[in-house]
Amino acid sequence: MLIDFLFELRKRKIPVSTHEWMALMEAMALGLHDSSLDGFYRLCRTLTVKDIALYDAYDEAFLSYFKDIQVDSIKLTEELRAWLADPRNLETLTPEQQAAMKELDFEKLREMFEQRMKEQKERHDGGNRWIGTGGTSPFGTGGKHPTGLRVGGGGARSAMGVADERRFRDYRRDIVLDVRQIDMALRGLRRLGREGAVEELDLDETVERTGKNAGDLDIVFRPPRRNRVKVVLLMDVGGSMDPHAELVSRLFTAASRSGRFAKFRSYYFHNCVYNQLYDDASLRTGIPTADLISGSDRDEKLVIVGDALMHPAELLDPGGSMYLASTARASGIEWLRRLSAHFRSAAWLNPEPDRFWSGTTIEVIASVFGMWALTLDGLAAGVRYLVRGGERPRVGDPSRWVKAAGG
Amino acid sequence: MADDVSDPPFEQFSGTATYIVSDDLRHAVNVAVALARPLLVRGEPGTGKTLLAENLAAALALPLVRWHVKSTTKAKDGLYVYDTVARLHDSRFGGDDVKDIAKYIKLGPMGEALAAPSRVVLLIDEIDKADIEFPNDLLLELDAMRFRIDETGREVVARERPIVIITSNNEKELPDAFLRRCVFHYIQFPTRELMQEIVRVHHPDITDRVLDQTLELFFGLRATPKLRKKPSTSELIDWISALKKSGVDLGRVGGGIPFLGTLLKTEADIELLGKRAKA
Repeated sequence: MLIDFLFELRKRKIPVSTHEWMALMEAMALGLHDSSLDGFYRLCRTLTVKDIALYDAYDEAFLSYFKDIQVDSIKLTEELRAWLADPRNLETLTPEQQAAMKELDFEKLREMFEQRMKEQKERHDGGNRWIGTGGTSPFGTGGKHPTGLRVGGGGARSAMGVADERRFRDYRRDIVLDVRQIDMALRGLRRLGREGAVEELDLDETVERTGKNAGDLDIVFRPPRRNRVKVVLLMDVGGSMDPHAELVSRLFTAASRSGRFAKFRSYYFHNCVYNQLYDDASLRTGIPTADLISGSDRDEKLVIVGDALMHPAELLDPGGSMYLASTARASGIEWLRRLSAHFRSAAWLNPEPDRFWSGTTIEVIASVFGMWALTLDGLAAGVRYLVRGGERPRVGDPSRWVKAAGG
Repeated sequence: MADDVSDPPFEQFSGTATYIVSDDLRHAVNVAVALARPLLVRGEPGTGKTLLAENLAAALALPLVRWHVKSTTKAKDGLYVYDTVARLHDSRFGGDDVKDIAKYIKLGPMGEALAAPSRVVLLIDEIDKADIEFPNDLLLELDAMRFRIDETGREVVARERPIVIITSNNEKELPDAFLRRCVFHYIQFPTRELMQEIVRVHHPDITDRVLDQTLELFFGLRATPKLRKKPSTSELIDWISALKKSGVDLGRVGGGIPFLGTLLKTEADIELLGKRAKA
C-alpha cells in the first residue's frame, strides 16, 4: 500500500528515487520507524526528502495520504496490551464492570480493536462503537466506557499534528530571495577560462616538463582561471515596480560584486525599454539603447528585470513612452526585439508572481524574451538557460496580441 | 550496503552532557548509523551542525577525524596527496630515498578514517564549500569504504565502517546521486523550551529570571522582520557569557541591548534595530 505514498510524493515533485525507497523498506524491516505513524513520518522524511524546501510538500503529501488515519493500529495494539497488563486499571471498576471485562478478554478485545480499525474509515467522535473521541466505545479518547482505552490523545505531538502545522511553509522555494541566495544562484553563470598575465604556478605541467627534461627543473606558469562571462543588466524602476524595489536591489547587489563577471554593466529604464537607457534610478543621464547594442559583444549575457506590466499602448504603439520626447519613434516591443536579436542569450526575470502573468503585456514580452519568475527556482532556471540554452517557457497565448502589434 | 563491514546496534546516541539533541535529530543519527549511510546535516549557521559530530564521537567513545572542506578542496585530497614537489626536491638536492614512493604519499582525512585500525567518526564539514562536482567524486568511496592509491597500488579498505557526518550550509545544490545515498536531517532552530535546556547546559549557574529575560530579548530580536542575519544559538551563548563577565543586569538596562555586536553582525541589521527602537 505504501507504493501509493511514493507516487503521492512524486506527484508533488519530490524526487524520490527507487534507491531511496528501497532504503526506506530496509529501514522499516529493521524496525527503525518504531512501528508508529510518527516514527514513519520521521523516517520517511529523513530518507526520501533531501531538501528543506520540499518539507512543506512532504507535509502536504503526508496529510493527504494519511488523512483518514487518526491513530496507528500497531502502536495502539501495544498500548492496549500494556493497559490490560496493568492490574491497577481494573481496581477502579465496579463488580459489574469487572464481570463485563471478563467477557471481553485480551485476545478478543484486540481482535475487536483491529477489526474496527479496519472497518473504520473516518474520524469518529461520540457513539458507542467506533474508535474516536467521546462516546462509550471501549476505544478512543475522552470517552465514558469503564474500560475505555485512551488512544492517541495527549503525549508527544503526532506526525499528523506536525504535518498539519505546515511549519516548513516558509522554506518553500517560491518565496523571497536574500542576497546570499541570489549570489549562489548567479555562481552558475560562469565560464571559466585562462586569460591574461601568467602568474600561477602550473604544478602538473612543471612536473611533466621536468621529467621530460631529464630531471632539470623547468618551471611553468599560467594565467589564473577567471570567469569570462560578461553581463548587461537592465532594471525597471518606479511605478508598478516599487513594491519589488527591495528585491531588485538585492539582485543588483549580488550581481555587481566585484570580480564576479569579466565585464558587468547595468542600466535602468522605466516601464519598457525605449530609445534611451539610464545610469541610475533617477533616469537623468545614460546612453542611447542603440549605442548599447552596437557597443556590446553578441555573446554578452543580457538580463532584464522588470514586471513587464504596462498599458498595451506603451508597449505596442510607436512613441508609446509617456516620458520621452517625440524622437522615440520605435515602439517598446520593437526595441525589445532589437535587443533580443542582438544578444545571443538573454533572460527576463519577473518579480511578479507567475500566476498573474497570463492575459497581460507579460505574454507579449515573454514571446520575445525567455521569462522566469524572480524566485530561487526561476533564477536558477534563467541562469541555466543563459549558460546552456534550451527551451524557453511559454507564457499564455501571445498570438491574441498580434493584431494589436501589427496595427 | 557493503556486507563485509560490520554494522553497529541501533539506538546508540542520545546526546551528551553538553550537547542537547532534539528527538528528530537523535532519530536521524540512529537511522544513519543503523543503515550505514552518511548523515547529511543542514541548518542555519550556529545550530550546532559541526558540534554534532564531535559529540557523537564523544558519546560513542570513538576517535573523530575532521575534514574541513574549502572552496579549493578536491575529493582526491581527502583520500591522499602525492607530494611530488617534495620528491622532486629530494631527487635534485639529495634527500631521502626517492625510490620509495610510499614515503611521499600522505593520507588525507578520509584516507585516515578508512585506514584507521578501529571504527571512527568522520566529519566532512561544509561540503557545499567545494566545487559542485566534489560530492560526486566521493560517491564510490562513501559506498564501498575503500580506495586505491594509484602510485603505489596500495588498496585501503576500512576495517569497520566509519560513521560519516556531513554538514552543509544549504548554499549550493548538492548532486542528486549524492543526496540519494544520504540520510538527511535539517536542524531546525530550537524552540524556546529546547533553548532553555541548551543555555542551562552552557551556563549552569544562570538564574531563571536572567534566562527568561535573555531569551525574551533573543527571540524578540529573531522575530524582527527584514533582519539580514538572525542571531544563532552560538551567538546567544556568547552573548550571555559577555553579560555575565561584565555583570550587566538586564533588568536594569534601559533602552538598547548591551553587547549588541555579539548578536548582530551586520551594520545594516544594527541600524535597522536602531530605527525600530526609535519608532
